[in-house]
Amino acid sequence: MAKLNLNREPMPLQEPEVRAKNFDEVALGYGAKIARAEASRCIQCPKRPCIEGCPVGIDIPDFIKAIADGDMPEAARVLKNKNSLPGVCGRVCPQETQCESKCTLGKRGAPIAIGRLERYVADWDRTKNKKPAESPAESVKPTGKRVAVVGSGPAGLTVAADLAKLGHSVTMFEALHVAGGVLVYGIPAFRMPKDIVQAEVDYVTSLGVELKLDSVIGKIDTVDELLESGYDAVFLGTGAGLPMFMNIPGENLNGVYSANEFLTRVNLMKAYKFPEYDTVAKIGKRVAVIGGGNVAMDSARCSLRLGADEVYIVYRRSEAELPARREEVENAMEEGIIFKLLTNPTRFIGNERGWVTAMECIEMELGEPDDSGRRRPIPKPGSEFIMDVDTVVVALGTTPNPLITSTTEGLDVTSRGTVVIDPETGKTSKDGVWAGGDIATGSATVISAMGAGKRASKAIDEYLRSK
Amino acid sequence: MYKILLKENLVPNVHLLKIEAPAISRRAQPGHFVMLRVDENGERIPMTIADWDAEEGSITIVFVQVGTSTSKLASLKTGDSISNLVGPLGIPTTIEKVGTVVCIGGCYGIASIMPIARAMKEAGNKVISIIEARSRNLIYWEDKLRSVSDELVVITGDDVQAEGEWVTEKIEKMVAAGEKIDMVIAIGCTFMMMRTSGATKPFGIKTIVHLSPIMVDGTGMCGCCRVSVGGETRFACVHGPEFDGHQVDWDLLIARQSAYLGEEMQSLQVWECQDWQKP
Repeated sequence: MAKLNLNREPMPLQEPEVRAKNFDEVALGYGAKIARAEASRCIQCPKRPCIEGCPVGIDIPDFIKAIADGDMPEAARVLKNKNSLPGVCGRVCPQETQCESKCTLGKRGAPIAIGRLERYVADWDRTKNKKPAESPAESVKPTGKRVAVVGSGPAGLTVAADLAKLGHSVTMFEALHVAGGVLVYGIPAFRMPKDIVQAEVDYVTSLGVELKLDSVIGKIDTVDELLESGYDAVFLGTGAGLPMFMNIPGENLNGVYSANEFLTRVNLMKAYKFPEYDTVAKIGKRVAVIGGGNVAMDSARCSLRLGADEVYIVYRRSEAELPARREEVENAMEEGIIFKLLTNPTRFIGNERGWVTAMECIEMELGEPDDSGRRRPIPKPGSEFIMDVDTVVVALGTTPNPLITSTTEGLDVTSRGTVVIDPETGKTSKDGVWAGGDIATGSATVISAMGAGKRASKAIDEYLRSK
Repeated sequence: MYKILLKENLVPNVHLLKIEAPAISRRAQPGHFVMLRVDENGERIPMTIADWDAEEGSITIVFVQVGTSTSKLASLKTGDSISNLVGPLGIPTTIEKVGTVVCIGGCYGIASIMPIARAMKEAGNKVISIIEARSRNLIYWEDKLRSVSDELVVITGDDVQAEGEWVTEKIEKMVAAGEKIDMVIAIGCTFMMMRTSGATKPFGIKTIVHLSPIMVDGTGMCGCCRVSVGGETRFACVHGPEFDGHQVDWDLLIARQSAYLGEEMQSLQVWECQDWQKP
């Protein structure tokens, strides 16, 4: 038996000083040789624990074996069998806490780079596969059942693809002018190139899913009207809503953005190409991003690419508690983002024209763990100080959009405004209505929304077949 | 793509577009707005719905040509299309019988106030409409407004020079003359709405204003349109755009509306010098 190789193949990256000035993808992806070498490290252990770690249950060892054997069409087939968005997941899933954390090799050394291999297969399939796998929708008998999917983000795309593959007729409604949800308005192009999102959306529509853009459910039709007009089931995957602020003085000054607004301007509206594109994202010289999640990292790295001199992440806990993926924190640090940890803003200070010029902060220390299990940050009295900033991005999460919940009768919501669901099935309190993703859980990840979509589509299929 | 069924230049710099939008036209109510994007490089901008025809499947918007997006829109002709149109958005005007309602419209708001005046009249109110423009030749839809109002007052800068009476003075005069005003609704430039709210406050007349902060998505996601009302931050796209004029922080609204003045000028210059003649 070959000796165990405990070191993974590194991911080729754009150099930090180069990438900090462009919106091209940071991680360049494995080439064929590296991918095969990495795949060959997999020992094909009989217990296959990685699959348990995958929210959508991809047969991971099988697609890795196909790569090692050089059978790329087979690798693509296995991957797409369970995952309709592999190009997305291979880039933005937190594999280190999911599949890779379960890898047997991880007990001795570095786990298999499953995410990077997934990306490699997805990219090969998109660009080099001469014989794309036959669309399963063509071989399946139509059931005659109609499903309305509200929202075309990770949850909605998953549900739409799964149900279309099972022969149901699916219409997917999207409020914005492009499909993809957070994949297009939230995650920047240097992490999630938009042509890849578009290719995955095209794959889903190639399965027979009808996509209706510019359609706000709750406004043109309510959920009840969808059910009355012939849809047998409705899935709500409407995602994030109103951005959260801190309710401190000066938050409405010019130059203070929510992360949603800032990222939407930059990513969806392509403000980084202003004035070729009409939308602006005004960036100053000294930028403070409030928060420590992936969205905060994205905002900080966008700010740098738009030409800011100094960009700070201001986070009230310490580095160990940063909720962002480790890889994103490292990328941000390499690019020169400055981390001001154990620091919390207390007010924003503006000039006579209503623009932010500075931010008062207070130093924090960590106390006992709170409900979330993380140590509670406590302000140090008298430690206030002033930071000069001319742009602030508040990245503290969102609350659910009320457009659906306020117009749908019999839909139970929590005090936080999220839709109440059975976590196993995504079933809501209303007959014929399922939900998943941020609308049910509050701000979370792409893959958790896809996992929720997976569970809901299974339950919806069972419901439709018994109806 | 959404087809333009009719393009009309109402008065200098003010244009009307009737756009094919069956789904929106079925749901439109007075006070609703739409978000639109003219072309692939365009911004998303809000526009109040000025009228709709569910049978024809169309909505009508009226706008003043000021920046890149409105210049692009103004350059379109009947039969052309715009890339995106979504709506109806926002909370529509509450239409109920309250007694005497004064409906005020200035510049683009002359059109936006029309369906509100019409619905208020249908609900059994006495409707006094006041429309305002800088100059006599900028007044449009006078007959339309007259047909849905018990009384129509036209105020223009030309007349003001002669008589010195803008909307604010007009309201004060009406109250002094014993007119019992139960409610005022105003749509138009922020300055006019601010002045109107200031004029009605001493008399305690309920005053509803339709705010037009900058929006990006317009569906309750980005928070760009936040305004301060009664000391609380509200999102105009989903909590409004209709608010109590006596509670609005006007200075904040005006500062936020002018956040991109420089960039808006730059964008317009680029478009005018380079792009407008492109096919």
